[in-house]
Amino acid sequence: MKPAELQKKLIATARLQVPDDRVPYAFEKRIMALIAARAVVDKWVFWTRGLWRAAIPCAAVALIFAAVSLFVPAAADSGNDLSQDFENTLLASVDQPDIASMP
Amino acid sequence: MERSEAELIAAVLKGDRASFEPLVEKYSPRVFATARRYARRESEIEDIVQEVWLKAFDKLKSFRGEAPFEHWLMRMAVRTCYDFLRGHQRNRESSFSEISEPEEDWLERYAADPGSAPEDADAAKLLIDRVLGKLSPEARLVIQLLEIEDRSVKEIAQITGWSVPLVKVRAFRARSEMRKILTRMTKEKYL
Repeated sequence: MKPAELQKKLIATARLQVPDDRVPYAFEKRIMALIAARAVVDKWVFWTRGLWRAAIPCAAVALIFAAVSLFVPAAADSGNDLSQDFENTLLASVDQPDIASMP
Repeated sequence: MERSEAELIAAVLKGDRASFEPLVEKYSPRVFATARRYARRESEIEDIVQEVWLKAFDKLKSFRGEAPFEHWLMRMAVRTCYDFLRGHQRNRESSFSEISEPEEDWLERYAADPGSAPEDADAAKLLIDRVLGKLSPEARLVIQLLEIEDRSVKEIAQITGWSVPLVKVRAFRARSEMRKILTRMTKEKYL
């Protein structure tokens, strides 16, 4: 038995086979439903992708500030403490004594 | 009034998803026929066709309208079938011991007198399906397009995205791979 001859014969067999082009019932509806469902998912993907992208620069900025605060020596004069000044300013209205209760 | 293909595509690109449905309806029979050449199970065939249509929808922007939509779509269908074959490489059968009785009878008839074994016999169809199932994805695709569908090397290069010399090399290898499989099969059965 010659394999080359058998190959030709089997190829001829394959050529005679006409593939079935039957389409399942309402297949196009299924495809359209899938496309519509993906569009809804895509909106979420848009937001999550955007947030993830924003997270990277935010983390980088946080790291830079952390490094700066660690490696830059603090000023010797604690009287000029920026954070203390900021807190005093912020709480100034609360700290003021009640004028009405004053003698 | 029925809209033309170009009008439907333009509408889809503008955001009217519903205009895609007539295209799916029109071309699904051809895509199913193509998928049935590469996959056997109906569930796998439906998965392939579904993927083809989702890809077509996603990549519709890349359709320039220079060639007919059908050609563009069929190229995508063949490439998806090739991806399917690559993804299912492990399922390739390893032995011919499971050859059915009618297939064995057909082979015996062929061995005795090649002319007496009819090409259109069901056993011959099962046998060629079995042999094609054993080929590597590249070989299967080339044999299918070149030998069975009788396409030119240039056409295959366009469909697959391979270069013309690569198609020729793969065609040579595919034929020899198929011959090796047939040699092994006949040796297993008749030696």
